[in-house]
Amino acid sequence: MTNLLVITPSGSRRRIEAAAGITIMENIRNAGVGELAALCGGCRSCATCHVYLEVERPDLLPPISDEENDLLDSSDHRRTNSRLSCQIVVKAEMGMMSAEIAPET
Amino acid sequence: MSLPFEALIVGAGHAGAHTAIFLRQHGHVGSIAIIGDEPELPYERPPLSKDYLGGTKSFDRLLLRPAEFWTDNAIAMLPGRRVETIDPRSQTVTCADGSCYSYVNLIWAAGGRPRSLPCPGGDLAGVHQIRSRADVDAIATELAQARDICVIGGGYIGLEAAAVLTKLGKRVTLLEAMDRVLARVAGDELSRFYEREHRAHGVDLRLNARVRELIGKSGRVAGVLLDEGEVLPAEMVIVGIGILPNLEPLAAAGARCRDGVEVDEFCRTSLPNIYAVGDCARHTNTFAQEGTRIRLESVQNASDQANCVAKAIVGRPERYSATPWFWSDQYDLRLQTAGLSAGYDEVVIRGDQAARKFSVIYLRGGRFQAIDCVNNAKDFVAGKRLVATRATVSADRLADTETPLKALIPPAVDGQFIEQDATARQGVS
Ligand SMILES: Cc1cc2nc3c(=O)[nH]c(=O)nc-3n(C[C@H](O)[C@H](O)[C@H](O)COP(=O)(O)OP(=O)(O)OC[C@H]3O[C@@H](n4cnc5c(N)ncnc54)[C@H](O)[C@@H]3O)c2cc1C
Repeated sequence: MTNLLVITPSGSRRRIEAAAGITIMENIRNAGVGELAALCGGCRSCATCHVYLEVERPDLLPPISDEENDLLDSSDHRRTNSRLSCQIVVKAEMGMMSAEIAPET
Repeated sequence: MSLPFEALIVGAGHAGAHTAIFLRQHGHVGSIAIIGDEPELPYERPPLSKDYLGGTKSFDRLLLRPAEFWTDNAIAMLPGRRVETIDPRSQTVTCADGSCYSYVNLIWAAGGRPRSLPCPGGDLAGVHQIRSRADVDAIATELAQARDICVIGGGYIGLEAAAVLTKLGKRVTLLEAMDRVLARVAGDELSRFYEREHRAHGVDLRLNARVRELIGKSGRVAGVLLDEGEVLPAEMVIVGIGILPNLEPLAAAGARCRDGVEVDEFCRTSLPNIYAVGDCARHTNTFAQEGTRIRLESVQNASDQANCVAKAIVGRPERYSATPWFWSDQYDLRLQTAGLSAGYDEVVIRGDQAARKFSVIYLRGGRFQAIDCVNNAKDFVAGKRLVATRATVSADRLADTETPLKALIPPAVDGQFIEQDATARQGVS
């Protein structure tokens, strides 16, 4: 379990205990945050799980693949800390995390 | 009977679940209920012919939202119930078990059911379809006993199933009645590419193959008899020949229906306070050939129509005009499509098919109409924009992989979808 702060596009905040071994997308969805569409269910076919991610140990994050990079490019709201939350499996050692759900394109 | 539900949704699939989610997101405070005939909470259907069939994703990872979500958001779940009749005058629905609910707004999100094989033997044990979790669980229990599997139908679901079963070590024959796979949804080039891939992976793929009969042995399927007389061994048959829209109760109530529930640009049916969304809704799609009314079977359409209805119900209607997109996973090939290719008059291949990373672009009257991308997310992302803007682009530039598609998006409309917004605003008065 690791602490994840979820911020919705409207600015509401919620702290959840994220389970290790599943993705950030699944953790946000399991916490019942409706604003994360994640339409393709995490198979890198859309960009509807786009978040701005901050973690205590960024060195533990998997690198952005070409495919993830291309999909993130579809957003008008891409920032340097943009990630597809379906591509990051939570590890306990990642420490505190915050994920702000990006506005839809 | 209790108080009427402000929004009563029939069908707990993608479209039904998303309607409820969007209603709450758009600030609807009234009561919401979802009646569904499956026992499960709403789950993702696409993995049924992919990871779930392959056994690499467990069911709990398919749930669209966890159980608490529905209770926390005051969305009443009424699973295991099938709506049989609708009375638009008293605004009530009645289920097969006799339970009765009344509504202020009814949202019909009943999807479709697989077409069954119109030949003798179609009802033998061992003959399956892939539409629900129950379907795939039934396949899973028999899989160990099946060595030869015959997949009937070369659409996306049939092809995905063939890919998964081949990977599981089964001997797979795929039968397609037309002269190419994916005939309904893609151009010739993409069909041929996928045919080659499946054959290279060991699938015995037969085109122009007509099934005369499924042969049984003590009640279980044992083989498939083709029109020419050949018998193919099969301990299991999977039928994927399309769906029929679920609409009978609505049609009986007087809603205009024709291969789908007819809806307008706000997903309203011809009956008052009744909407239809998702696979069952026949709508005018601005991305289809002019004047063509279609049903669109995709997660995109289910979700975007759900959003359209939710906006209409909360009093902020916007015309449905979302760009169609779709995906399919077979082997290590990720297909992503945007737009609707039917009716194209020119095709451009971009990239190298042999490298298994390329796109097929469909033009009509010089305009960018649709794109199929294989292992090519970059083109998909830019192509979706080009579809949305309906840009006019020369075939030569599209074929040149040195020019990124992104560079061809008209700068003035990049990201703004001007054409669409203009039509979207017109409708709201
Ligand atoms: C195997 C498979 C793979 C797919 N892969 C993809 C993909 O990769 N990408 C993609 O975009 N799309 C894919 N699709 C299509 C996508 O899943 C559908 O477009 C989507 O599920 C449509 O949502 P819906 O809510 O309209 O229908 P459904 O999801 O079918 O939901 C309708 C629900 O209503 C219930 N119902 C029907 N009648 C009644 C009644 N009278 N009373 C109560 N309940 C009723 C049904 O049992 C069902 O649970 C796939 C579909 C399948 C089957």
